[in-house]
Amino acid sequence: MAENSFDLIVVGSGPGGYVAAIRAAQLGLKTAVVERDQLGGICLNWGCIPTKALLRSAEVYHYLQHPDAYGLSAEKVGFDLKKVVARSRAVSKQLNAGVTHLLKKNKVTVVKGTARLDGPGKLTVSDGGKAVGSYAAKHIVLATGARPRVLPGLEPDKKLIWTYFEAMVPETMPKSLLVVGSGAIGIEFASFFHSMGAEVTVVEVVGQILPVEDEEIAAFARKQLEKRGIRIMTGAKVTGAKKSGDSVTCSIDDGKGKVTELTVDRVISAVGVQGNIEDLGLEKTRVKTDRGIIVVDGLGRTEEPGIYAIGDVAGPPMLAHKASHDGVACVEAIAGLHPHVTDKRMIPGCTYCQPQVASVGLTEKKAREAGYEVKVGRFPFIGNGKAIALGETEGLVKTIFDAKTGQLLGAHMVGAEVTELIQGYVVAMNLETTEAELMQTVFPHPTLSEMMHESVLDAYGRAIHF
Amino acid sequence: MPIQVLMPALSPTMTEGTLAKWLKKPGDTVSAGDVIAEIETDKATMEVEAVDEGTLGRILVDEGTAGVPVNQPIALLLEEGEDESALEGAGAKASPAPQKPAETEAPAPKPAAAAAEATPTVAASPAPASQPSASQKPAAAAPEAKGERIFASPLARRLASEAGLDLAAVQGSGPHGRIVKADIEAAQAQPAKAAAPAAAEAKPAEAPKPAAAAAAGPAAATGAKAFADKVGLAYRQEPLSGMRKVIARRLTESKQTVPHFYLTIDCETDALLQIRKDLNARSDAYKLSVNDFVVRAAALALMQVPAANASYDESGLLFYEHADISVAVATPNGLITPIIKAAESKGLAAISGEMKDLAKRARDGKLKPEEFQGGTFSISNLGMYGIKQFEAVINPPQGCILAVGAGEQRPVVRDGALAIATVMSCTLSVDHRVVDGAVGAEYLAAFKKLIEDPLTMLL
Repeated sequence: MAENSFDLIVVGSGPGGYVAAIRAAQLGLKTAVVERDQLGGICLNWGCIPTKALLRSAEVYHYLQHPDAYGLSAEKVGFDLKKVVARSRAVSKQLNAGVTHLLKKNKVTVVKGTARLDGPGKLTVSDGGKAVGSYAAKHIVLATGARPRVLPGLEPDKKLIWTYFEAMVPETMPKSLLVVGSGAIGIEFASFFHSMGAEVTVVEVVGQILPVEDEEIAAFARKQLEKRGIRIMTGAKVTGAKKSGDSVTCSIDDGKGKVTELTVDRVISAVGVQGNIEDLGLEKTRVKTDRGIIVVDGLGRTEEPGIYAIGDVAGPPMLAHKASHDGVACVEAIAGLHPHVTDKRMIPGCTYCQPQVASVGLTEKKAREAGYEVKVGRFPFIGNGKAIALGETEGLVKTIFDAKTGQLLGAHMVGAEVTELIQGYVVAMNLETTEAELMQTVFPHPTLSEMMHESVLDAYGRAIHF
Repeated sequence: MPIQVLMPALSPTMTEGTLAKWLKKPGDTVSAGDVIAEIETDKATMEVEAVDEGTLGRILVDEGTAGVPVNQPIALLLEEGEDESALEGAGAKASPAPQKPAETEAPAPKPAAAAAEATPTVAASPAPASQPSASQKPAAAAPEAKGERIFASPLARRLASEAGLDLAAVQGSGPHGRIVKADIEAAQAQPAKAAAPAAAEAKPAEAPKPAAAAAAGPAAATGAKAFADKVGLAYRQEPLSGMRKVIARRLTESKQTVPHFYLTIDCETDALLQIRKDLNARSDAYKLSVNDFVVRAAALALMQVPAANASYDESGLLFYEHADISVAVATPNGLITPIIKAAESKGLAAISGEMKDLAKRARDGKLKPEEFQGGTFSISNLGMYGIKQFEAVINPPQGCILAVGAGEQRPVVRDGALAIATVMSCTLSVDHRVVDGAVGAEYLAAFKKLIEDPLTMLL
C-alpha cells in the first residue's frame, strides 16, 4: 500500500476523531488522522479539560475564603492569575501529550495540516498555505468539530469581546464581566470569574438558564448562583455593544421593553457553537448539510458512500462523550462489526458551575409533553448525612419515571459532585432497570449517592430521610 | 425461648426439598457452623449448618421427609440455660398428637409466599417419613422453569409480564441477545404470537421452537412485519388508513364466510360500440362509456332475473326491489364503491353523468356515507387495464359481483366460420347461499343479451 494511502483517514483529532482513529487501528485498519492545530481538539486544549482546571482553582479559592465554615482559619488568601492559567495550560499539555502517545502506540499516522476533500476517497492536506500532500482512503471520517457561534453586533475581537479561547487565558482579572448565553460554557465561565472576584452579569435570551436542563433544576441552580452574587437576566438580549478604550457598554433589552445600559470590562460571547463544515471540499461530494451540520444516519454515514461524519459537526448534542461514542460506532460499522447505535436520550450532560448540574434523559416537561404519565421523585441535599458533613447542603436530586412501566425516563441533579453521580442513573437507564431494581440496590453509607436512592423511593412515596 | 431452625433455600429458585438425614440428635450440643442435617433437592445434596449455638431440643421434620417447603421450621434449638420445658412454650410437644404449632409466637421470619402459610400444620406434626401430605405442598412449587436462563432487562420482564408474553418466545436484540424493551414492543406488534404461550406451557424447554415455526409457517401471512424483520427484508411501512382497515376486514370476512362460485360469459360488443359511437356523436351533453352500458345492462338484467338481486341473511333471503349498482372505483387510498341507485330506472346519459360525478368525488374523498353504503349488486371493471378476465370478491351482504374484462378483438366462430368480433369476458362471483348456479347462469344470459343487442336496453 502506498505511503499516502490508508484504509481510513480521520479529519480532526478531538475526542471524536482521535478515539475513532484508535478504534480503527485496534480493528486492524491502516489509519491516519489529520489535525490542523493540536491533538485532542478543542475539548482537551480549549474546552472541557482546561476549564475544569480553572474551576478547580476557583473552587479551592472559594473554600479558602470561607475557612470558618470548617473551623479553619486562613490569612492572606489570594491568587496569582498567571499561575492559575499556567496550571490550566499544563493540564491541557499533559493530556495533549497523552493523546500523542496513544496515537503513536496504536500506529496511527498523524498528518499536521488542514484537510480538504478532492472527492470521495481523496483529500489534500496543506499547512499554512503550503501543500503537505495528497492522501487516499477507502473511508474518510469527518470529525472537524465546532466553533463559537457569532452574534451579529457582538463579534468577538479577542480584546474586549471574548470567546472561550480568550476567556481561558486571561492576562488580568476583569473587574466586571458580561456573559452572553447561559449554556454550560457561559455558566461555567460566569462561575469561574465570579469566584475569582469579578462582578458578573449573565444574559440569556430564553426564559431559564441552562436551557436544556429541567426547569426546576435550572431554577434551583439560578437561585444558588444569584445567592453567591451573580446577576442573571433571562428572557433578555444584548441589542448593542459600544467599545471604548478598556470597556464595553452594552444595551440589554430585558424583554419587557426596558433597555438598560451596562458597562463592563469584558464580554464573553457564549451563545452556542456551530459545526465546522466550511472549506472541507464537501461540494465535490454528495454529502448533504442542513443548517450548519452534516446530515448522517445513526452510524455516521453521509449521503456519499465512504464519507462519514461524527461529533459536533454531525449535530447535537455537541458533547465530547457523544463524539467519542459516534466515532467508535462509525468505525466499528466500517470494520463490519454491528455496533450499538447511541441512543441520544441516554447521553448525559454536565455543567461544572457551583453548584454543579448533571442530567440524563427527559426533563419533566418533555416527559409530560411526550405523553408519559410520570412519577417524579425529589430528594434535597439537606436530607443527606454526607452532604451535611461536607458542608454542601444546597442541592436536589430529581428522578422521573413512567408511571405505567416504571421505566426511568430522566434524572436531574444540582449540587456538589453531581457530575460524578449521574453515571449511576445512566447505567440504570441503559440496562432498562425499573424503580424496583433501583430500590433494591444498596447504596453505600455515607455517600451523596444515597440521595439517588432516596429520590427513587420518593417517586413512589417511600423516601425515608425526608 | 427456643430458636427455630428453618428449612433453608439452597438456591434462589428452590421452593422445597427433602430432609435426607439428621446428623445431630436431640440432646446434642450444637455450635454455629456445625453441620446438623442434609437436604436434597432435585439438583444436589447440601448440608445445613447451624447458625446459632445451643442444644438440639427437638426434631420437627423426620429424616426422609420430601417436599418440605423452604422456611418451614425443621428443628428447635435450646439456648444456654433453657431446658426441654421451654419447648412447650414453643408450642411443640413430644407427643405425636397433631398440635397447634408456633402460630402465635413463631415470627415466621420470611413469609415467602404460600410456603410460609403452609408451614405451621406440617411443622407441628412429626409426620411419618413417607407422608409428605401432598395437599399442603405450596402450589408455587409445582411448575419450575427448567430451561436456560433468559436474559432480559428488568423493564422488558415487566412489560412482558403485563402483556402476558412468554419471554422464551421473544428474540432479544440487546448485547448477547438480551431481551430489551424494544423487543417486547416488537413482539406485541405481531399478532401471530398468541399461540406461543400455550405451546410454551406444555413444554417450556421447547418454547422458542413453536414460536419460530409459527413465524415461518402459515402465520407468516398475518405476521408480515415479524417475518420481514426476522429474515431481514427491506421495506417501508405505512400506517393503516381507515379505508384500508375496512377493506381488509370486509373482504377477509367475505372470502372466509361467503361460499363463492364463479360463472364466466363472453359478450360481443361490436353493436354496443357502434351505438355508443352514434349516441356520442349526437350531442356534447354526454359522453357515454362502455361502463355506462354495463351498469344499465346489469340493472336491467336484475329486473329480468330478480332472484339474482338478493342477499343471504340468517333470518331469510332478501330480494331487492331496485337495482342499486355499486361500482368499484380506485382511489389513491384504496377501493370504494359509490352507488348508482335504482339504475334500472335511469337512462344511459343519467347514469353516465352520475357516474362521473360519483367517481370524481370518490377520488377526492368527498362521498357521503349513503353514497357508497347499501348497494344491492356490484360491478368491478378492470377492462381499461387490459385485464381479459378476473374473479372479484363479493362485497357483503350483496349476493353477486360482476367482474368486467377488456373488450378486445378475438376470433369467433359464426355460422361455422371464423370471424373477428370484439369480445368482453364477464365473470359473475356468486354467493351460493342465496343464488344457485342456474340462477346465476340465467342472469348472465340476460346480461349478455342486453349487451349484445343494446337496442333492447331502450325498452
